[in-house]
Amino acid sequence: MDPLTQTDPATSAVRPAQKRLIEARDVSKIYTVGEQTVRALDGVSLTIHLGEFVAIMGPSGSGKSTMMNLIGALDVPTGGAMELDGRNIATLSSDALADLRNRTIGFVFQQFNLLPRTSALRQVMLPLLYAHPRPADAEDMARHRLEQVGLKDRMDHYPSQLSGGQQQRVAIARALVNNPKLLLADEPTGALDSKTSEEIMALFCTLNTEGITVVVVTHEPDVAEYAKRRVLFRDGHVVEDIQQAGFMGRAAE
Amino acid sequence: MNLLDSLGIALTALRANTLRSILTTLGIIIGVASVIVMVAVGTGARSEVDRQIASLGSNMLVVFPGSTRVGGRAGGAGTRLPLSERDLQALREKIPGVVAISGLLQGSGPVVYGNANWTTSFMGVHDQFNEVRDWPVIEGRGFTPNETKTAARVALVGKTVVDKVFNGGNPVGATIRVMNVPFQVVGVLDSKGQNSFGRDQDDVIMLPMSAARGRIVGRSKLVNDNVGNIHVKFDAGMDLAEAQALMENLLRQRRSIKPGAEDDFNVRNLSEFMRARTSALTTMGWLLAATSAISLIVGGIGIMNIMLVSVTERTREIGLRMAVGGRRRDILMQFLVEAVALCLLGGLIGVAIGVTTAAVVAMSAQWPILIAPNAILMALGAAALTGVVFGFFPARRAAHLNPIDALRTE
Repeated sequence: MDPLTQTDPATSAVRPAQKRLIEARDVSKIYTVGEQTVRALDGVSLTIHLGEFVAIMGPSGSGKSTMMNLIGALDVPTGGAMELDGRNIATLSSDALADLRNRTIGFVFQQFNLLPRTSALRQVMLPLLYAHPRPADAEDMARHRLEQVGLKDRMDHYPSQLSGGQQQRVAIARALVNNPKLLLADEPTGALDSKTSEEIMALFCTLNTEGITVVVVTHEPDVAEYAKRRVLFRDGHVVEDIQQAGFMGRAAE
Repeated sequence: MNLLDSLGIALTALRANTLRSILTTLGIIIGVASVIVMVAVGTGARSEVDRQIASLGSNMLVVFPGSTRVGGRAGGAGTRLPLSERDLQALREKIPGVVAISGLLQGSGPVVYGNANWTTSFMGVHDQFNEVRDWPVIEGRGFTPNETKTAARVALVGKTVVDKVFNGGNPVGATIRVMNVPFQVVGVLDSKGQNSFGRDQDDVIMLPMSAARGRIVGRSKLVNDNVGNIHVKFDAGMDLAEAQALMENLLRQRRSIKPGAEDDFNVRNLSEFMRARTSALTTMGWLLAATSAISLIVGGIGIMNIMLVSVTERTREIGLRMAVGGRRRDILMQFLVEAVALCLLGGLIGVAIGVTTAAVVAMSAQWPILIAPNAILMALGAAALTGVVFGFFPARRAAHLNPIDALRTE
């Protein structure tokens, strides 16, 4: 009846045949706010392999956003080791982190974060402008990704001329344009209606079956159901890490 | 990200706030415009002064007869002993380095040719006058030494007289009546334009010194061979100050002035006099330079202010750019390029306004318009530099934003 399959967290991460993309070992992150110290993450260990579809869940203040920042190489831990694509992010310079984000990660945000007065095509080309070396066929790459997300006819449209769902598709095309290993989405459906949300999540599933690793940070259980693995954070700890059928699994039933 | 990409982003951002961008650059616009006007007016005025000095004749000293002073009341020039042919002869023979020398008697009155008549000014001169004043005869010929001595009834006419009396036709060989005395025109003078007081220097008829004295201007009561002022041209190697001292000594001796007594004549270097008048222009130039420096600084602060606003407004955009791989240097360059583009935009508007103003000033002052291309480049360079200096702090602030905080900003 229940499509979710409870798995022992200790064994779930062990799939030796697959390459590890993200490996957090005893990672902690401590903020100092005035006199107070806040332990946002407290000894978290988490491994995500290439090709996984992971939903990171938890209430606000659970540490899930902090974990997302570390996975996205936007921040470095204060304790433990955080490896992304085999590199310890704590040892990297800000330029090297920027390059790592550029090559390895595609970001999708709740508020889309599209640039105003910039055509869809230009939005999608943006990460390529920051790439080293810069690809010669940036425009073709961007066109291809826009076609892939179903916006073939909207390439010259500005964000103000696009619906919310279309804007998020542009953002996804932008996240994909540099062939990243990881698609990292922060509440990707938070600003969308339920029908559009389903379309966007279905797109993530398709992309995952094509081989890209997807990590979605969300507090919505509906959204998390599309993932094949669920990681629940509470008070800076991982309290639950389970494999589940995911959207594709259920569709097959 | 290369410079061209940054420029594209900058122009998009500036276009999004067109009015704000233009208002922000007002200080730069004023600064650059005043640089352009300053340089154009300064060089234009200087070249005008140079032209006037050249029209006076170069390397020239002029001796004026002195004025009487009775009980503290000064009479007009020439009320003392006038300068005579013998004074002129002595200067020619005893002062070294004299290239050419001539007296100058002035008067005015009617000239008639056929049924045309015109009131003009007369100059009684020696044959070397044209050389002394660098004032060549362009048609016909000048006076011969003999003509100056024998009161020959020959005349040289200026361009304005040709236009007014001869309707622009060739006057050489024609006989005109000057104050009812017939003179034959033997040459036409080159055009000199207006002098520094706006008088038309071409509205003139030159007559041989002796003819002018005898028939037109009249003799002095004190000497029968007065020559008015004496204009002396020296060769280029002569030190004019030394020449002036020699001339003063010689004239004091000739005119028996006791040691300690005042000269009854003046030796003047007119070019020096003209140059002194340019110092006022130089002062004005410095004032404008100070104005432009201050407006560039004030404009720069305006730029810095608006760039800080822009960085705050676009914090999320900065966060996004960092998330997709923008390095700090990329962000820094983007905002620096935007500040410089803003300043250059102001600079270009300033150049347009400056050039227009300079043209209007030049037209109303009847100066030549001199807008040096390197003045424009200098002004634009100053504007760009302002952008770099005042854009750096906001750009640095943008580049050092934390991407997480930046992305979270509403």
